[in-house]
Amino acid sequence: MDTLKAFSRHPSGMLGLVILIVVVALAVLAPWLYPEDPWEMIGRPFAPPFSEGFLLGTDTLGRDVAAGIVHGTRVSLTIGVASTLAAVCIGVLVGAMAGYWGGGIDDVLMRVTELFQTIPGFILAILMVATLGPSIVNVIIAIATVSWPPLARLTRAEFLRLRGREFVQAATCQGERPLQVVLGHILPNAVSPIIVTGSLTIASAILIESALSFMGLGDPNLMSWGFMVGAARTVIRQAWWMSVFPGVAILLTVLAINLVGEGLNDTLNPRNARAGRH
Amino acid sequence: MTHLASGLQGHRVVAVALGILGWAAKFVAVVLVISTMSFLLVRAAPGDPAQVMAGQTGAADEKMLAQIRQEYGLDQPFILQLATHLKRVVTLDLGQSYRQRQPVTTLIGERLPATLLLTGTAFLLALASGILLGTLAALRAGRWSDTLLTVVSLILYAMPVFWLGLMMVLVFSVQLGLVPAFGFQTIGVEMGPFGRALDIGHHLILPAISLAAVYLAIYTRLMRSSVIEVAQQDYIKTARAKGLAQGRIIARHILRNAILPVVTVAGMQAGALVGGAVVVETVFAWPGLGRLTYEAVLQRDYPVLLGLFLVMSVIVILLNLATDVLYRFIDPRVTTQAAG
Repeated sequence: MDTLKAFSRHPSGMLGLVILIVVVALAVLAPWLYPEDPWEMIGRPFAPPFSEGFLLGTDTLGRDVAAGIVHGTRVSLTIGVASTLAAVCIGVLVGAMAGYWGGGIDDVLMRVTELFQTIPGFILAILMVATLGPSIVNVIIAIATVSWPPLARLTRAEFLRLRGREFVQAATCQGERPLQVVLGHILPNAVSPIIVTGSLTIASAILIESALSFMGLGDPNLMSWGFMVGAARTVIRQAWWMSVFPGVAILLTVLAINLVGEGLNDTLNPRNARAGRH
Repeated sequence: MTHLASGLQGHRVVAVALGILGWAAKFVAVVLVISTMSFLLVRAAPGDPAQVMAGQTGAADEKMLAQIRQEYGLDQPFILQLATHLKRVVTLDLGQSYRQRQPVTTLIGERLPATLLLTGTAFLLALASGILLGTLAALRAGRWSDTLLTVVSLILYAMPVFWLGLMMVLVFSVQLGLVPAFGFQTIGVEMGPFGRALDIGHHLILPAISLAAVYLAIYTRLMRSSVIEVAQQDYIKTARAKGLAQGRIIARHILRNAILPVVTVAGMQAGALVGGAVVVETVFAWPGLGRLTYEAVLQRDYPVLLGLFLVMSVIVILLNLATDVLYRFIDPRVTTQAAG
């Protein structure tokens, strides 16, 4: 409750939350707002915004840009959230093992994590989607594969910090099994920084997804923002609206998630609030 | 005194040697792991690996497939295939592009200079302007220009790189006609070497700024908080108490220490910078590795994609090394030790 109250007094966090609520509402209401298939060519090609009943105009094939954006919201949010959840699972697992056991296991796991941080992640994602095939599941797997290292490092640091604390030692001395200690005592105390980093991971996942679709590696059955910009790029001289609006949608969504993430950081970890805000 | 100095010197030589060894080990490990990952990925792809390597659009006939099978030893046991693959990587043989009928190393070699020019320029641009703007923001902390800088960096940080590039094309070349929108140089015009360099520089402006923008935002915010933090340290108070001039304190004591975290982060983000180059080169038809990646993706040219993955990872490691060296060069503690 206190956290909610503190968050509601965080102006930029609240601004982000409001934008995010609108975006989520668009995603949920898409089938009612634009019941027709966003791939359907329902108008004259190259109709500018506010003409012929199209709020944001039509694209090169006469598809409604606004319908594409609204349906694209679902793709971006789904992929952003799903790939982040997967990345959190991998990151927390790796980080928890490294931080709890330490020693040789920690060394090996951290070398692997560093390696994944060295590799240019976007190129690995391109390679994975290109070889495994551009389906939504493969896109999620690829983004999760390149997104987990920061979460692993964070979880490891939290586990190292908490492992030596009295309440954890007390639980161990009382004969609780390692898994009980981890799930019952360490993890609950490490949750808030993981939530903060996780929320920022959603934002970067949406950016990676849009870049993949821009490169032609999105799911070919789903209308996405990156695909719309990619398809409109060759006609930017004649039809600015086709690339401007989907980009604004990406910008606003990512900005909103980043603002909420920073707001959460300031309210959940008041002590690191200053350090977190570069 | 001389004994102490030579002792320190010996210590330093050992430290440098260890550093080089550690770096070389990391280099070898990354190359081996990436080659293994590439190998496993192609095997994980649906369908016949020979078919996959040849490209999916049915360009391969039986004769070519047999050739690929033989070349990659696809009829041998799995572990032998991996060994063959790694041996080829070590001897700098990245295979053939069956789509373009050229060795992958040739294709990559032709495109490498353009990418190095683009990423190098963007990296230096982001680092230099980030350090400058961040310092200015810190000196004016709390004023409106500081707030403006924070807002701008938040927005830049949320912007897809490809979209920023397109918007800059829209404004600066379609609307204002200031700079060329696409390509590397003006084609079909005779120019001297100096004129050619200027022409390429002119084409480089928009791609380099698009690629640098996000990192510029990150480094600015980081430098700002770092300067503010360092300025509160005791040794800065000591310098003030000693009566050193304000400009000298800022230049010699604050900046030198405040830059360090920025350099560290810049090194960590080298991978993202190279990844961003793929998108930027696609937007601006910049004839580098990124554009080659895009073409290879469209044609599903796997030998080229796998080679690109390896080469770009090597570029990232080299950028990491460069920032490491830069760090040692700047860090006052390291220099003091060397002078001792």
